Amino acid sequence: MNVEILVNGKKVNADISPALLLSEFLRETLDLTGTHVGCDTSQCGACVVHVDGLSMKSCTLLAVAVDGKSVTTIEGLAKTAGVDLHPMQEAFHLNHGLQCGFCTPGMIMSAVDFARQTPNPTEGDVRHWLEGNICRCTGYQNIVAAVLAGAAAMQTQAGGRS
Amino acid sequence: MNAHTGIGASLLRKEDRRFITGKGNYVADIKRPDMAMGVFLRSPHAHANIKAIDIKVAAAMPGVVAIFTGADLQADGVGGLPCAWGVSNADGTPMKEPPRSAMAVDKVRCVGDAVAFVIAETVDQAREAADAILIDYEVLPAVVGVLDAIRPGAAAVFDDIPDNTCFDWECGDAKTTAAAFRNAAHIAKISLVNNRLVGNPMEPRAAVAEYDAGRDHYTMWTTSQFPHVVKVLMGNFVLKIPQHKLRIVAPDVGGGFGVKQFLYAEEIITTWASRKVNRPIKWVNERSEGFLSDAHGRDHVSEAELALDETGRFLGLKVRTIANMGGYLSTFGPNIPTNLYGLLLAGVYTTPAIHCEVKGVFTNTVPVDAYRGAGRPEATFLLERLVDVAASEMKIDKAAIRRLNMIDASQFPYQTPVILKYDSGDPKACLDKVLEVADWTGFAKRKQESQARGKLRGIGLCTYVEACGLAPSRIVQSLGARAGIFESATVRVHVTGDITVLIGTHNHGQGHETTFAQIVSEKLSIPTDKIEIVFGDTDKVQFGLGTYGSRSLAVGGTALVKATDKIIAKGVKIAAHMLEAGENDIVFENGSFAVQGTDRSKSFGDVVGAAYGLVNFPVDVLEPGMEEKAFYDPVNFTYPGGAHIAEVEIDPDCGTVELLSYVAVDDVGTVINPMIVAGQLHGGIAQGVGQALYENCVYDETSGQMLSASFMDYCMPRADNLPNMKIVTQPTLCTHTSFGVKGCGEVGTIGSPATVVNAVVDALSHLGVSHVDMPATPSRIWRIINNSANQLRATE
Amino acid sequence: MKDFSYHRPSTVSEAVALLAAGDESRALSGGMTLLPTMKQRLASPKAIVDLAALPGLTGVAVDGGNVTIGAMTTHAEVAGSAAARTAIPALSTLAGLIGDPQVRHRGTIGGSVANADPAADYPAAVLGLGATIVTDRREIAADVFFTAMFQTALAPDEIVVAVRFPIPDAAGYAKFKSQASRFALVGVFVARFGNSVRVAITGAGPAVFRSQDIEDALAANFTSQPLARISIAPSGLTSDIHADSEYRAHLVVVMARRAVEQALRDQKPS
Repeated sequence: MNVEILVNGKKVNADISPALLLSEFLRETLDLTGTHVGCDTSQCGACVVHVDGLSMKSCTLLAVAVDGKSVTTIEGLAKTAGVDLHPMQEAFHLNHGLQCGFCTPGMIMSAVDFARQTPNPTEGDVRHWLEGNICRCTGYQNIVAAVLAGAAAMQTQAGGRS
Repeated sequence: MNAHTGIGASLLRKEDRRFITGKGNYVADIKRPDMAMGVFLRSPHAHANIKAIDIKVAAAMPGVVAIFTGADLQADGVGGLPCAWGVSNADGTPMKEPPRSAMAVDKVRCVGDAVAFVIAETVDQAREAADAILIDYEVLPAVVGVLDAIRPGAAAVFDDIPDNTCFDWECGDAKTTAAAFRNAAHIAKISLVNNRLVGNPMEPRAAVAEYDAGRDHYTMWTTSQFPHVVKVLMGNFVLKIPQHKLRIVAPDVGGGFGVKQFLYAEEIITTWASRKVNRPIKWVNERSEGFLSDAHGRDHVSEAELALDETGRFLGLKVRTIANMGGYLSTFGPNIPTNLYGLLLAGVYTTPAIHCEVKGVFTNTVPVDAYRGAGRPEATFLLERLVDVAASEMKIDKAAIRRLNMIDASQFPYQTPVILKYDSGDPKACLDKVLEVADWTGFAKRKQESQARGKLRGIGLCTYVEACGLAPSRIVQSLGARAGIFESATVRVHVTGDITVLIGTHNHGQGHETTFAQIVSEKLSIPTDKIEIVFGDTDKVQFGLGTYGSRSLAVGGTALVKATDKIIAKGVKIAAHMLEAGENDIVFENGSFAVQGTDRSKSFGDVVGAAYGLVNFPVDVLEPGMEEKAFYDPVNFTYPGGAHIAEVEIDPDCGTVELLSYVAVDDVGTVINPMIVAGQLHGGIAQGVGQALYENCVYDETSGQMLSASFMDYCMPRADNLPNMKIVTQPTLCTHTSFGVKGCGEVGTIGSPATVVNAVVDALSHLGVSHVDMPATPSRIWRIINNSANQLRATE
Repeated sequence: MKDFSYHRPSTVSEAVALLAAGDESRALSGGMTLLPTMKQRLASPKAIVDLAALPGLTGVAVDGGNVTIGAMTTHAEVAGSAAARTAIPALSTLAGLIGDPQVRHRGTIGGSVANADPAADYPAAVLGLGATIVTDRREIAADVFFTAMFQTALAPDEIVVAVRFPIPDAAGYAKFKSQASRFALVGVFVARFGNSVRVAITGAGPAVFRSQDIEDALAANFTSQPLARISIAPSGLTSDIHADSEYRAHLVVVMARRAVEQALRDQKPS
């Protein structure tokens, strides 16, 4: 099947099998390996990307189902915002919100969506939102700090829009 | 001390950039030209004879490149997986060591045992073909639990080991312990289970193997914590590939926790097969598959008794443990419930007599081996639960009974009755600190406040010590290790003064690229952005033993300092020549070599320039260049320790346990980077809380089917299961590592299960509850509360 | 995943025709259940009929006595719908408890209801409110919709187009999450319509069911008090490694109590 998907701001035209998952399309077809696969029950969140601005699990989406849509991955997060590092990426670095890095792309993509949807978030809001993102390394404490810091940084930017 | 980039600085991590931008290089990301995909077919039965395997239909399916079975490997002379640590029975005889082929040939011994390897153009094609392989299994009765395995008449996992016993090991002294018990005023007893866990790093295991026919050379990229050891074990013992023809690369690895520190069949088979089909092959574990093929952790059943005098002083400790080895011996399996367990049973106490017996047992389950803490969480859990039981029974305050029995700071170095000699520590200081920070004495008021909301609040204390910094060869070889566990570092100073460090440990989240740079920065007064830390590639890095057992800083860091000291020593020689002074008159300080008592000096850069340019260089007596290497075998384990306190709140209606607060005071020796140490503690504690409240690997006792083989049934702690934790470091210096570091990777996981369960028991103590097994799930807690309510009703 | 043909029809009748064409075609809404099932190779449909392009199947409409939700409306949309929250707060709350944020951005009410997972949340609201399932060809009452585990009254080619919930005088939903899966170990939806009460329980048995005992008790006195004397028989309830039937039976009453308390807190002043 032929699909046309806007990936990280660039139009991608491809002939793919309908059975191809979005995560496979990104990782195998487009060589965007920043999106990771950590489980097979759609629970861990390592594969989270944005589809038309909303965070979704790319391992549980058919690539053909996002035909005509816009997909942003971790590789495109900063680029589509026109910066070197998105404030959320920066916040993860400043707050030691990662250790092995495997859950990190999905965590950051999830956090950016959270920040956009949640004005004035609390620690509890963050912990609740991250139900769909599992980390085995950090114990979540610094991730929560990073998300709150990133959300604050996003808010102080123009209109809080990134 | 360089406050900005040296020791003690909470320097942000140098390695972060690639991870936060999605540019990490994990094994599953690797693509090689003409690469094929490999998939394993695994046994659906826990115990069965393989009567026949028919691959005819499967081999003809679309995209299939080849299908291999255990018989193919055997015919090609592929060896079995070696066990790198043998333990002895109490009578001195060696443990049973049944062979373990890389892939099952005649028999499968656990659900998940690999029986075929299918290589195809795509993963989906390989799976389709795997589904079409016909295997005639003769299903046999399975034995699952350790207690079932040792019952007379139980099914034998190995035909020639009818009692399923791998070893009967012991440590300590039976006679002195028996005497201590005869004199006891009180004996506290406990029976407990240490639940089986699945490590589940977020990155599933994977391997990419490529055989270069032109060079007759193999490369394998693997998710391993110890690439050099994989190279020697796999190359030498299994595949008979000469070491110079084999390159192992462990690139970015997404978490290990021990799960990735073993030699696995999948690595071997993928490597072997890449030559057979003359194409690179990639294999990536699926998560559910990982539950059935990653080595598991813990799984003990124990009974223990503590003998005390009338004041609450510990007189003796008796422990009997049955430990599950699984269906096969894993690389370090026998060592975990023996040397890393029994030898830790003194804890932080002066208990004079200890006797521990451990029976290692085979069952039709996945092999069991090290998982974060590896034996020390089990020892700490048992000991600290038993201390709480004794305190309750003798009506002694739980902190007071610990202080009464604690090794005093003045008693270090302290020789325990179980071989280990702790070099340094101050358990009482940790205890005092945690009681203060956690407001131990203010608990009663908080308990009342919870009660007003209908909740049961409990507080739990744990004081512990552990042995890590693996490992002093002299000691561990006497305990059955089959090789030394030293470490190595090369410090390569480039002509411009930038530095590349080649270190034999492996960084998979611990921040080595930053902390090791801090050490070199401290020593040489060079900014950390000029120092690159390289690891994981056996072609680049000299032989090292990898990362596990909290060894990287203690052993790797010390090797690094020794190599850096050699650089400085050479620099002194060069500077002496350049400054026309005696070597003894040269002092190296703040990046400069100076003649003592004068203002004449040469910078580090000047000296390095001379070493490569050979201008004003003593060519007659000194080799050019500025690169030094050190191999270091530690003289002892290191002994971090600490004291933790947790508070929980139980909802008696549902049995849910909420972890309200956690305070950890830990002595990890000198802290290189406080931010990194806190992160290690957060993560380690989270895993221990996981064991205490959430995680359990469950098998059906009859069929041997795993009932918890996905995240749907195996509960991984999420962000909303954990509070913010308070981390405090309380260092005493290790006497034998550079800078006195002790290591901190596992202490969180070691101290936390006992801390949390002690709190849960405390919350339920009014019901007469003296112990709760892990995980303390809502269902388990509700049942305890409900049963005791029923008992009350029955007596009314 | 095994290969299949993919269709994205633009009318309901087209979709029905595609589903009727072979018995190995499945409808795809959010995919939060179907795709994991296919990835685990527990289902291998030969054709997927994606309902995403069907017009008029999204949105929350409130009229007089009903909240009507289009079958393709996501859980996030229902959770965030001011109209839904004003009319039936418990419904919005329930939607916000499903899965996690990413699941809620894709999962749909039509998909949830048609799948009838015994631990899903929506069936409790559907049965608890006595909703009507509107399909491409008829309307089905909640009381006859859920027939068995993962089974409904729908024909294999029948598509849910909307779910119509009558607006109660008070309603509450309390969910006790299974810690690993975050599905409902037990979820209880309670609704009061005048003097009659409906109580629907999910997670505890092979399919969502009503409890006459709890309904009678609450009809007499819509507070948590009468529930102190109620107990549910464990027989017929699910037992697994997470919870046995006795514990589930206990949780049913606890969650019913909490649902009633929530309903009382949310109800509009009369």
